[in-house]
Amino acid sequence: MVKKRVIPCLDVAGGRVVKGVRFENLRDVGDPIELATRYSELAADELVFLDITATLEDRGPTLGLVERAAEELSIPFTVGGGVTGLADARALLRAGADKVAVNRAAFDDPTMLTALADEFGSQAVVCAVDARAGEVVTHAGANPRGRDAVDWAQEAVARGAGEILLTSIDADGTRQGYDLSLTEAVAKAVEAPVIASGGAGETKHLAEAFAAGAEAALVASIVHERPERLRELKAELREAGWPVRS
Amino acid sequence: MTALTRAAEGHVVEKVRRTAGSGAALRVVIADYGAGNLRSVSSALLRAGCDPVVSVDPTAVREAPLAVIAGVGHVESAARGLARHRLDEAICDRAAAHRPVLGICVGMQLLGEESEEGGCGLGLLAGPVRRLRSRRVPHMGWNALEVRRPSQLLEGLDGADVYFAHSYAIEPTVPEVTVAEVEHDGRIVAAVELAALAGVQFHPERSGPAGARLLANVVRWSRSA
Repeated sequence: MVKKRVIPCLDVAGGRVVKGVRFENLRDVGDPIELATRYSELAADELVFLDITATLEDRGPTLGLVERAAEELSIPFTVGGGVTGLADARALLRAGADKVAVNRAAFDDPTMLTALADEFGSQAVVCAVDARAGEVVTHAGANPRGRDAVDWAQEAVARGAGEILLTSIDADGTRQGYDLSLTEAVAKAVEAPVIASGGAGETKHLAEAFAAGAEAALVASIVHERPERLRELKAELREAGWPVRS
Repeated sequence: MTALTRAAEGHVVEKVRRTAGSGAALRVVIADYGAGNLRSVSSALLRAGCDPVVSVDPTAVREAPLAVIAGVGHVESAARGLARHRLDEAICDRAAAHRPVLGICVGMQLLGEESEEGGCGLGLLAGPVRRLRSRRVPHMGWNALEVRRPSQLLEGLDGADVYFAHSYAIEPTVPEVTVAEVEHDGRIVAAVELAALAGVQFHPERSGPAGARLLANVVRWSRSA
């Protein structure tokens, strides 16, 4: 049986890992490769690097960071943020990212999901869906797009996305738990694995997300303060009967 | 491939040359068929004590002590990429001469025959490549290897979690070539071995210590094959 994954998300801005509440009040929490290596040692199942300022400032993705990560890490990692189109996504995958997460660019032009899947395989294509009250939002939550998140996730998978990274913008950084009803609705609607994101505060929250059908859970602030918490989280999940890698 | 990626791969090669000057390291050629993302495989082989080179040269691919076919995408585009540089012939020549070949993920599927995804593999292993019939596709994440047959490649890895990321898998006609399986709403072939041919559906370069163990086993296997 495939294990449930716990995935630390390193929000990157200006080459540093940052964390804020609802994408605001960002504070510096460390060097991306240093933290990534530490998490890898602590049995992280995967990592996500999300360049959270890229969409707002139209800054291109940092290929240098991806190249270093590809060489130094021995676990898979996804890179997202600042992916403005096919060329960006392709460059990230060619630089060594195992997967690329596309958000607004895919929403604006869903054909790019198919183009990426045709070239790299669906397993390399993550569609990031940010939602508020079940509606798709883009630009770090600033723009409501008037589209049902479940409906969009279904289209994204049909077009070639191999995974849905589902973020509840309102829950993000609050540590009050994932948006379980949305997670469940999307996990039921699509064949691809769903990664629950936004709101992890304690072990219980990850277990709830898995029970709702998520294959993986993203964690950020809960582990950035004390990375050893990652190993504890996974041990607690295992004790609760969830199949997780030790 | 972008100039930037080429330059970066050159950087990896440079690093290899600096660290592997002793002559003791196993020379490994990674067949470059244009699918990119060979940096992680190259780095993992370097960590395993090999002297890896990414190459489009059929002579290099034919003659190196170990050839690796890695990368992502589809059997069809990968087979086309190999054929473009006549690397398909080079790999078949190797197989005929019993020189070791390791296929990783799509590289393993390429050892087989027709793919449901379109295209055809090298036909070195009898059997089609089929889409997974599991509830969740792609099969994504860490899953425990179930070793089915004694295999030098999988020594110490029975029950070990390794990383999978695929929607298709080879279904060998001759069951004996399957050396490991994995459970994902039914059995999926995780590793095959036939004389000097080996394939792993998972990604050793992304499977932490278990992946490093697999690559160390591959080095010993290819020296003795």
